[in-house]
Amino acid sequence: MSRAVLAVALLAFAAAAQAQQRAIPLDQIKSGSAFLGQDLRSLQNDDFANPGMLWVERGETMWRDPAGKSKQSCASCHQDAKSSMRGVAARYPKIDTASGKLLNLGSRINACRVDHQGAEPFRHESQELLSITAYVARQSRGVPVAASIDGPARAHFDAGEAAYRLRRGQMNLSCAHCHEANWGKRLLSETVSQGQPNGYPAYRMEWQTLGSLQRRLRACLSGIRAEMLPYGSPEYVDLELYLAWRAQGLPIETPGVRR
Amino acid sequence: MAARIQIPSQAKQGEVVEVRVLIQHPMETGYRHDDVGHLIKRNVIKVLSCRYNGVEVFRADLSSGIAANPYVQFYTVADKSGELEFYWIDDEGKQGSERQSIRVT
Repeated sequence: MSRAVLAVALLAFAAAAQAQQRAIPLDQIKSGSAFLGQDLRSLQNDDFANPGMLWVERGETMWRDPAGKSKQSCASCHQDAKSSMRGVAARYPKIDTASGKLLNLGSRINACRVDHQGAEPFRHESQELLSITAYVARQSRGVPVAASIDGPARAHFDAGEAAYRLRRGQMNLSCAHCHEANWGKRLLSETVSQGQPNGYPAYRMEWQTLGSLQRRLRACLSGIRAEMLPYGSPEYVDLELYLAWRAQGLPIETPGVRR
Repeated sequence: MAARIQIPSQAKQGEVVEVRVLIQHPMETGYRHDDVGHLIKRNVIKVLSCRYNGVEVFRADLSSGIAANPYVQFYTVADKSGELEFYWIDDEGKQGSERQSIRVT
């Protein structure tokens, strides 16, 4: 009898833990574009006028241009990105089997440049890195986000969740206070989004240019008056993995258009 | 300066065709300051023009109120087969141009 009660209690506890883990149920997750006005949404969906396509086009040229000591281009190994890169962006951040490190798509491209092309890595947030990342991610447009948090990725996922829930800065806010507890409500003239990462690299009106997810995270940190970590800091990549898990099933929209 | 131009590749004579232009440019307003407080010099595309078989059919004088990476859309009448030439110049004197051909039947 008491064992049955204990089992029921354990089941209830497990269910509660599960529910707590996914604060926004999968059937309620919404892409950042759902919080935009009609004008920006149609700009994003217009393949000609979407300004992010300027970077995608440059990335397409870079894909075929030989680089580094090897004189090899991305296409030399990966051939046509339209088929070889389809769905790839949806699986990042991902553990790199060679180094054992958790890499986002941009770092993975840089690792390829260094290891296989014998070229210098692109600087964080450089036009080159944004262009090639946007081009590769564009091939996954419409593919549902499906980052793995199993095996060695699990520790990074836990660290990412801790970072997501950590109160920071002068305003003493965590990511969850806005994007989990108060999404859909108004913050001055804007609707608070769920903070989903599926449109990045995205063209932000505020920036008037294309920017990475890390740049967006830094903008959030600045907004809550917290210290901004340097680009490429592992804490960002852990957080990116947590965000990708949160966004599981949302279609990739790169290049997204955001406010 | 990267640019994207979109016109129909062919049209009937007398048909009104849509012309779309997207140019990559920072459109620096001249009102912003850099990290150490110096004013960043204004640099915008000041003129964008389009010639259709040598005749100017569209001209825009842009200024600092236009957002970065300006998108311009206009219409013209398909007259004869030939080329649309696009030309633009910014405050620093950098010029850009593109050509697209159209077949009129």
